[in-house]
Amino acid sequence: MGEFRMPLLGADMEAGTLVEWRVKPGDEVVCGDIVALVETQKGVIEVETFESGTVETLFVSPGAKVPVGTPLASISGKGERVGAPPTHWLRASPAARAAAARLGVELSRVSGTGPGGAILMEDVERAARVAPVARAEVSAPSEEDRRESMRQAIAAAMSRSNREIPHYYLDTRFDVGRALDWLHAENERRPVAERMLLVVLFLKAVGLAVQGFPELNGSWVDGAFRPSRAVHLGVVISLRQGGAVVPTLHDVPDKPLGVLMHELGELIHRARRGMLRSSELADSTITVSSLGESRVERVLGVIFPPQVALVGFGAVREEPWVVEGRCVPRPLVTASLAADHRASDGHRGAAFLSRLERLLQEPETL
Amino acid sequence: MNRDELKQAVLDSLAAVAPEMNAAELRQDEPLREQLDLDSFDFLQALVELDRKLSVSIPESDYGRLTTLEACVDYLAGRLGEQVH
Repeated sequence: MGEFRMPLLGADMEAGTLVEWRVKPGDEVVCGDIVALVETQKGVIEVETFESGTVETLFVSPGAKVPVGTPLASISGKGERVGAPPTHWLRASPAARAAAARLGVELSRVSGTGPGGAILMEDVERAARVAPVARAEVSAPSEEDRRESMRQAIAAAMSRSNREIPHYYLDTRFDVGRALDWLHAENERRPVAERMLLVVLFLKAVGLAVQGFPELNGSWVDGAFRPSRAVHLGVVISLRQGGAVVPTLHDVPDKPLGVLMHELGELIHRARRGMLRSSELADSTITVSSLGESRVERVLGVIFPPQVALVGFGAVREEPWVVEGRCVPRPLVTASLAADHRASDGHRGAAFLSRLERLLQEPETL
Repeated sequence: MNRDELKQAVLDSLAAVAPEMNAAELRQDEPLREQLDLDSFDFLQALVELDRKLSVSIPESDYGRLTTLEACVDYLAGRLGEQVH
């Protein structure tokens, strides 16, 4: 059996608003099915379940804003029956439980003001009065509200990063002529809908390179670094009307370039429509920020906590470059690393950037 | 297909990636990507839309000719003419 809870969709999220159920009691679901839409600072997110089984009870109604971790529904697996919502462990007075039953208030959503945080009858009654108001407020967040709350979320995450993470920065400039030539030849063969962008080569190269540098790939939690075996890249996607989101491309080293391009396209498309999925927002192990075709040469990144590194790519520009003793015009890019000095040191960071450069000199192996 | 129809097809393709675009404010002879803040992904998506509408395959080596709205219409008129003959 399992409970389906309000997911944590990024380190900066505290609460989410249930917008819509995509399932009803009695429906069969399997791990990965979209069961609900949740509104966060990152827009409306399609939330997937990690449980398989039968949906038993929906605890929360559309419109309700609840903290991360709040049970939203119970799901029973393989014929197993699941009892009532887990309210038994909540400290609540008998009068409060009776009031909750009478008013249809979910006890797990009520914050208690009694001894030791116990829920009292007044708390339940207050929650019952507040709920309809909260629903009216959240039913139609305006575009402006959403932008403002996204700004707040970015502010919180970035302030925490600068406060807690001792960053160090390295960068290196190199020739991407071979990568571009390979890409153009490849794209000549592909129909327009399957053409790839240079950023996909960058993403794959970062994914492969970081496999040899576990101290850059993972998270810093409770005073210690936890490396991740899988490489899930957070990709910074700017939104057309301002703001940015950082959804995840999973298992990047294992995927062919064409698959990565397709998945990146889907991410960008859904990010800009404000309709990402929960599995795309939670578990990046390192972030990549590419400035694409702006005129800006270099990214000095701010790491997304709890990750410990961010790789940046500036714009590709044609510049003088020395090749075999002669100065020739070549397309150059500056790749940078912002890394957490608690988890790694500059020497290893530099070795990582060298590895990244070498991989991009052999695009056919990516 | 006449030039007005081609222009409309370009505008429709751009609107698919930049829904907030105001076609009336778009200047014919200034860079589209700057006016609409299109990144390389948006630009590629607009070409996918054009391909779908007009069945015109635009090689990557010609991207540099698709700078302004006017240039796009010129290019497409030429390209479609080639494909017919």
